[in-house]
Amino acid sequence: MVLVVAETLEGKIKNSSFETVYYGSKVAEILGTSCHALILGPCSDGGRLGSFGAKEVWQVEDQALSSFDSQVYTKVITQIAKEQGAKVVIVADSSNGKSILGRLSIALNAGPVRGANKLPELKDGKLNFQRPVFSGKAIATCRVNSEIAVISLMGNSLKPQSTGAEVAVKAINVEIPASKTKVIKVERSVGIVPLPEAQIVVSAGRGMKDPSNWGIVEDLAAVLGATTACSRPVADSGWRPHHEHVGQTGIAIRPNLYIAIGISGAIQHLAGVNSSKVIVVINKDPEAPFFKAADYGVCGDLFEIVPKFTEAVKKFKSTHH
Amino acid sequence: MKILVAISQTPETTARIAFKNEGTIFDTNGVNFIMNPYDEWYALVRALELKEQKGGSVTVIHCGPPANEVIIRKALAIGADDAVRINMEPLSAHSIAIQIAAYAKDQSFDVIFAGKETIDYNESLVGGMVAELLDLPFISHVSKLVYNDAVASVTRDIEGGEEEIEVTGPYVVSAAKGLAEQRIPNMRGIMSAKTKPLQVITPVPEESTADYIHFQVPAAKTSVKMVDPNNMDELVRLLHEEAKVI
Ligand SMILES: Cc1cc2nc3c(=O)[nH]c(=O)nc-3n(C[C@H](O)[C@H](O)[C@H](O)COP(=O)(O)OP(=O)(O)OC[C@H]3O[C@@H](n4cnc5c(N)ncnc54)[C@H](O)[C@@H]3O)c2cc1C
Repeated sequence: MVLVVAETLEGKIKNSSFETVYYGSKVAEILGTSCHALILGPCSDGGRLGSFGAKEVWQVEDQALSSFDSQVYTKVITQIAKEQGAKVVIVADSSNGKSILGRLSIALNAGPVRGANKLPELKDGKLNFQRPVFSGKAIATCRVNSEIAVISLMGNSLKPQSTGAEVAVKAINVEIPASKTKVIKVERSVGIVPLPEAQIVVSAGRGMKDPSNWGIVEDLAAVLGATTACSRPVADSGWRPHHEHVGQTGIAIRPNLYIAIGISGAIQHLAGVNSSKVIVVINKDPEAPFFKAADYGVCGDLFEIVPKFTEAVKKFKSTHH
Repeated sequence: MKILVAISQTPETTARIAFKNEGTIFDTNGVNFIMNPYDEWYALVRALELKEQKGGSVTVIHCGPPANEVIIRKALAIGADDAVRINMEPLSAHSIAIQIAAYAKDQSFDVIFAGKETIDYNESLVGGMVAELLDLPFISHVSKLVYNDAVASVTRDIEGGEEEIEVTGPYVVSAAKGLAEQRIPNMRGIMSAKTKPLQVITPVPEESTADYIHFQVPAAKTSVKMVDPNNMDELVRLLHEEAKVI
């Protein structure tokens, strides 16, 4: 049995969970077994996971699980995984997923694979997963040697497809241990797709000259429905918030489209973004290293190019759908 | 406060990444090694700041062969009081976590720090594994950690924001950017590091649950298609019709 831990946000299934569950159903196919989804805490629309391949959706509806504690979550998931005989446990490669992956691997004596980005291969009875290493500079094949595997799935790894009907959510009761931590405050920028989940990212660097110039970047991001990011020196000098910093020492991302504006393309920056499907580079220096990693390049002054690009996208959007 | 900081050794960020023996082993030829930036810049420095505020000691622990003592001496030069090296070739996050937990088990550390991930294997596993082995709370990707009396207020990065958590009693954190500012060791630190205690310990037996069997370097992009800066309609067309991303 494949057990997928589905994440929720404010009582609703997170979009990224459809991908995690769909991936789980494909892993289950490879193993000739079924995929079951598990929701922790309150959630009103868990049945939707049935359409993405969950044979059953289980929910532990306890209020105590509405805030995250890696220790408590691990105990609850471990209990259910053991009772149900899970062979693979899958979580999202999210902040919560990463906090429980190592714990689960110990609790279940399971081989961990952080950030799988493809379906595994079954070789000699063992699952082989691919994952990026060296901040995206290489791809590794990781073999799980133990009976059980615990996987975190990198976002945007495969396109979830709705395959069937919704299912009824089954409530399950487990003993929930007391938490030794207390969540005091959660702050989330609303209405913005978080960077690791964004399909399109518009990113800008030191070439912007001054934080007051960011309007043109935000305009472009708005017409594309994109999330904004930045290079490290930009975050370090306080021009943009830290959570926008992408690269080897920031967030590693792999959107469908990455647009780099006034970023030179240093190796540490490329490390976190070069798994993006398509890269567009706007830079005035024809020798900028980023052009070597780009699919499309525009050489010239960003202050002229970016507003024109925004206008062109607007025109395109008004004539398409 | 008694603090333990786990430090790891990684290739420099600019190192050439290549593999040998048919893609099974990382080729260290010509590669310079450093202390993992998350461990050095954030975990270690925040640990030292806590010690400076509250008294106590900072111990660093590293799993690796004798040659890796360069990074241990650096951590001592930056300000750690003493060090432990588990004499082994680290093979997986599991092989490391088992050793750290075995060492820390009877030492009653108040806080155990790890980096949020190493910049080579990027696994983000060791901190959580150690916490589970010791049955302690674990807060990952921590960008702020302050104390109000005995209660630690810990802020962790979450998607598009942050979460503030209170924790009492011993716990494990993994350090992210923002937690502290990098410190450069000074001459006095470098001199005193030479005489600070470094204990070498034989590893406990361990069986890894997963291993790496192959590596490859992704194919480089073919050549970039340059678009006329005065023709952004063309760029939009390419992104729509050719790349199919908008
Ligand atoms: C250990 C380590 C870790 C690091 N980790 C990261 C990381 O995670 N992420 C990261 O980003 N960096 C990281 N760095 C820093 C990295 O080496 C570079 O210094 C950084 O990425 C450069 O940022 P930038 O491209 O914005 O600035 P610059 O290198 O200054 O480049 C600015 C670019 O803007 C262009 N430009 C200027 N004006 C215009 C204009 N009017 N129109 C068009 N183009 C213009 C210039 O031609 C230039 O290419 C790390 C460094 C180290 C040592």
